[in-house]
Amino acid sequence: MTAAPGHNPTFAARGPAERLAEAAPFLLVPLLAAAGWLAIPQGSSWLTLTVSGLAMGMMIFIMASGLTLIFGLMDVINFGHGAFVSVGAFVGVGALAALDGLTGAPSPALNALALALAAAAAMLATGALGWAFERAIVRPVYGAHLKQILVTMGGLIVIEQLILVIWGPSEIFFSRPEAFKGALTFAGAAIEKYRLVAVGVGLALFLAMRTALRATRIGLIVRAGVENREMVEALGYRLRVVFVGVFVAGSALAGLGGVMWGLYEEVITAHMGGALMVLVFIVVIIGGLGSVEGCFLGALLVGLMQNYVAFLEPKLALISNIGLMVAILMWRPQGMIPVVKAK
Amino acid sequence: MLKRILSGDMPQSRALGLILLAILIGLAFAPFLFPGTRSLDTAARICVFVALAASYDLLLGYAGIVSFAHTMFFGLGAYGVALASDGMGRSFGALAAGSLAGALAAAALALLVGLFSLRVRAIFFAMITLAVASAVAVLFSQLSGITGGEDGLNYRIPRALTAAARYAEEPFLGMRLTGKVLNYYLVFFGALILFLALLRVVNSPFGRVLQAIRENEFRAEAIGCRVVWHRTAATVISAVSAALAGSLYAIWLRYVGPDTVLSFEIMVDILLMVVIGGMGTMYGAAVGAALFVLAQNYLQALMGAAAEAAAGVPGLPLILDPDRWLLWLGALFILSVYFFPTGVVGRLRGR
Repeated sequence: MTAAPGHNPTFAARGPAERLAEAAPFLLVPLLAAAGWLAIPQGSSWLTLTVSGLAMGMMIFIMASGLTLIFGLMDVINFGHGAFVSVGAFVGVGALAALDGLTGAPSPALNALALALAAAAAMLATGALGWAFERAIVRPVYGAHLKQILVTMGGLIVIEQLILVIWGPSEIFFSRPEAFKGALTFAGAAIEKYRLVAVGVGLALFLAMRTALRATRIGLIVRAGVENREMVEALGYRLRVVFVGVFVAGSALAGLGGVMWGLYEEVITAHMGGALMVLVFIVVIIGGLGSVEGCFLGALLVGLMQNYVAFLEPKLALISNIGLMVAILMWRPQGMIPVVKAK
Repeated sequence: MLKRILSGDMPQSRALGLILLAILIGLAFAPFLFPGTRSLDTAARICVFVALAASYDLLLGYAGIVSFAHTMFFGLGAYGVALASDGMGRSFGALAAGSLAGALAAAALALLVGLFSLRVRAIFFAMITLAVASAVAVLFSQLSGITGGEDGLNYRIPRALTAAARYAEEPFLGMRLTGKVLNYYLVFFGALILFLALLRVVNSPFGRVLQAIRENEFRAEAIGCRVVWHRTAATVISAVSAALAGSLYAIWLRYVGPDTVLSFEIMVDILLMVVIGGMGTMYGAAVGAALFVLAQNYLQALMGAAAEAAAGVPGLPLILDPDRWLLWLGALFILSVYFFPTGVVGRLRGR
């Protein structure tokens, strides 16, 4: 009889390759920006494109973050998420039109206040809608993916049609408040003011969300719930209540993203949310379903890619994002920052 | 004999059998029962969509896979015929070559998307197909040099299939026997053969394995079924059938454009047909498609009349507007997923 092998675990320091593998997703964004710099001849257009790419990425992140958390927490894929984007845009723009006393004022502070109020109105409306949607549409089909996809798709159709009923079938054109029009010139590049605002809001939101998830108790429960739902429930937390909160917050964020996107394009249609869902899904998939950081990085990559390629070869813009998704899934089939599921 | 043609999958309900018989007879004698250009057009549309919805049901109902790229395959078949007719001139050879090329392209693309996304996680498939399909639709409308862009392509089909060709001096049962009628029967028999072939597929051992995977993936794998292989094969078969249905549609319409064959609205239509008709039975797809196309053509007129009648009540005319008919179908769709997951056919069969 031979003796059992001795138990002497070793904790070797991680090699450079392992560290690189962990940091690789974070390096992709600067890498893509550098590639864009090499491909685009003029430095000034590169700067303009990079800023607008980041702005677009931030807005997509705002819309996608809720979706990824909803999936991570409850395994629910909400194809109706795009409807919240459209509703947010219509409510927000409606509020802006009602606040023309503030938007028309020459003071930037009053303009910003109008924008904040419009965003708040949109978030309130889509949050409430999200609550109703979760109760009426999603709740009966927990755990059945096929039915979820079908039912939420049906929800998308119905909400889009209701928008058409309420606001009429034509597109709505409008213009941004005075303070957010025009561009700044920096190093020879024209940078629209509104894009800087979008970048700022997106970044602030990402940091706030990250802090909320990492440093607060509710964030801890959410993260634990994403990793292992049953264990968290066994510890006595009513995850379903937490989930409703996350669903409402995610819907409100979709509404915020909708207002911001509407102000960016200066035109809104009932189908804009459905069309944006294509980019949102790409972002959520390449980021890793359930991961907020991955979603953020994915959104920046998609925004930059879209803007660079649209400048170099306009016809290939959407295809290039599919290419990006294919490349990233070949590299990491579960997305850039896969969520560890303890199951 | 009948049992053999239907691959042993009998309707199993008298009401359902009668409805199916009515649809079959109605479509088979459509040129003589309902003379007129518009009704013949409706009948051809029903034929094409029966085949298309049946091919989608193979994925959704039997394999339990949700794909949003079905119109992409439909469009590939249609554009195949259009491009071939455009490039090779009007001939039956061009129609055959175009259909074949479209079907091959659809098979290749389905294989790629299937291998790529079904390997990872089934739920990715819905999202990835949505992204790929919209990218392809955008690409087709932007490559205006080849595909005609948003305007689409008009092309000429062989003279024997157009209204210019006469096969008899005297009208038969009130219908002139022109090439249009021949064209209709090409579409009808093409769709019928596709439908029966799909019925054969789902009632084969292969179809049983698909159902096993749908019911319990782990168990199916444990028994020894190759899950990914079966799912990918189902995707490819359904894509090829959709492409062939698209070819039939292109031959009938003599026009293709992004809105008629590639748009997301058509995807939604197919989804509604399959779910309302009944997932998991080919007959459901047939009943759903027939009901849906009829509703699309005639319900809107009804809603217009209702909106006029309700003109005095505030709000009501807005939701009864004929353009808002999708609102009602969407609501019906959600309700049928909840309460009648087996659709019309399931109800008729008493399950």
